[in-house]
Amino acid sequence: MDDLASPIPTGSRVDFLVIAEMIEEGARVLDVGCSDGALLKLLTEERNVDGRGIEISQSGVNRCVARGLSVVQGDGDTDLAYYPDGAFDYVILSQTVQAMKQPVPTLHQALRIGRHVVVSFPNFGYWKIRFQVGVQGRMPMTDTLPVYWYETPNIHFCTVRDFVEMCTAQNIVVRKQIALNHHGRRVKLGGGLRIANLFAEQAVLLLSR
Amino acid sequence: MSTARKKPEPGTEINLDDLPCNFARFGKDQPLELDCGLKLKPLTIAYETVGTLNADKSNAILICHALTGDQFVASTHPITGKGGWWEMVVGPGKPIDTDRFFVICSNVLGGCMGTTGPASINPETGEPYGLKFPVITVSDMVRAQAMLVDHLGIESLLCVTGGSMGGMQVLEWLAKYPERVHSAIPIAAAAKHSAQNIAFHEVGRQAIMADPEWHGGDYARHQTSPSAGLAVARMAAHITYLSEAALHTKFGRNLQDREQLTYGFDADFQIESYLRYQGSTFVDRFDANAYLYLTRAMDYFDLAADFGENLGAAFQAADSRVCVVSFTSDWLFPTSENRDVVRALNAVAANVSFVEIESDKGHDSFLLDMPEMFDVMTGFIDAAANRCGL
Repeated sequence: MDDLASPIPTGSRVDFLVIAEMIEEGARVLDVGCSDGALLKLLTEERNVDGRGIEISQSGVNRCVARGLSVVQGDGDTDLAYYPDGAFDYVILSQTVQAMKQPVPTLHQALRIGRHVVVSFPNFGYWKIRFQVGVQGRMPMTDTLPVYWYETPNIHFCTVRDFVEMCTAQNIVVRKQIALNHHGRRVKLGGGLRIANLFAEQAVLLLSR
Repeated sequence: MSTARKKPEPGTEINLDDLPCNFARFGKDQPLELDCGLKLKPLTIAYETVGTLNADKSNAILICHALTGDQFVASTHPITGKGGWWEMVVGPGKPIDTDRFFVICSNVLGGCMGTTGPASINPETGEPYGLKFPVITVSDMVRAQAMLVDHLGIESLLCVTGGSMGGMQVLEWLAKYPERVHSAIPIAAAAKHSAQNIAFHEVGRQAIMADPEWHGGDYARHQTSPSAGLAVARMAAHITYLSEAALHTKFGRNLQDREQLTYGFDADFQIESYLRYQGSTFVDRFDANAYLYLTRAMDYFDLAADFGENLGAAFQAADSRVCVVSFTSDWLFPTSENRDVVRALNAVAANVSFVEIESDKGHDSFLLDMPEMFDVMTGFIDAAANRCGL
């Protein structure tokens, strides 16, 4: 495991810590699907970012604004179109892309309004998932996918390999890819994407046009 | 200048110069330039302040009142005896914390609670203006407020907020004085008045003008006032401030102090009695011509029109933090119209938050006990204050 570049409070979600490391001080950031604003708050406090959020649940939005964060109620699938080109340094899609109706057009919108896009998502190639589907014949449930199939908001699952392949096909540049195992530790990519695809429970990717 | 006038109802006569508030008086050398091309002079602005202005004058919050509100935002109303219209929001430890912030609320231009309006004396005739008062706009109202803020020696405002017509003024501040506004909370507002809203206002105006006591707006000279017409205008408007659900819950088809229908046109139903009461108390504190002028100003409001029909351009220069608030059951200024403002702000990458509050109380929700709105305002204003080092 690599040590984090600067001290960030533990107790935050591990993918948040990895995302925070990718973002420089004072950057303009849009967090799409920011939920209760935990990542925005972390980035505001630790990276002094000019942060904004979009969240679909009204109660989530109201909690964010009451915490002093700048968040609008909206749908990431449709509302990125209202922002101008290059409005942000980073657009973050944290555990969001798999719940979107149109992940690819949304990614292109995110890359239009942001210089970089940070994506984190659960890896469907993770061995426990393969085991649950392939051997047990059950829809998978893991720590990053903790709900039953009939309750999940996720509709577009993919593996790390699938995602990287989609990026290639869409001419999206993958600047960084960080795979995290069940313990939130980084999976060494020395073994190649296939190994990461087997042992990563989730992945965080830094993308650009 | 003198603003003494005849009040409509006996027993409520009050000299507006004696109102328990402050007055800023601008002489003939400081005319207010109006959108209609005329200059208004002299000009008096009646206002209330709460809290203490800090040494570097950086803790001022301007509150813009709605159509029938006034400057008594947090103190007892001198005519009705009721508490301030936003005393749940403004006060020590409240969302707009007067232990920390200096609150300014002025009676709007064209109003009837001490600021120059159609009932004020026209210096050219020595008589009340009546319909000789120039038609004013929301833009004019805000220009007058800016004169007041200058008069108080305040360069920029920590926050500008208000609901309904007050929210229109907030948007106008953002568009016309972006450098003077650190943060803004437009509540239950819109960037333009819809056809439906203009329609309701027109019904109200026609009710006033159909009252024979209106005398072409010259009722002061006839020692009377079109109270019946103004009351009907208020009744019609009051319906638009509520919601069907709220009316159903509060009144349903309940009868008023009777067991059965009377087969007449008395107020059989509670809702009728309630509206009649709202109308009759309103005329004690409001001037009919002021109602005509202020509703007209709202009808004329179309912020994008001043910016080539591009609402985003209106906010191009805004570096302010903005929090737009709407209510689910508000059909007068519905969420969709508030969202249009949010999208225009997004289009220029402004720092905007947007909160829709669940409420069945309709447009008037912003005046009521809305804990979720209070939490949002507290958090938003606190963040703005922190950014300003307060």
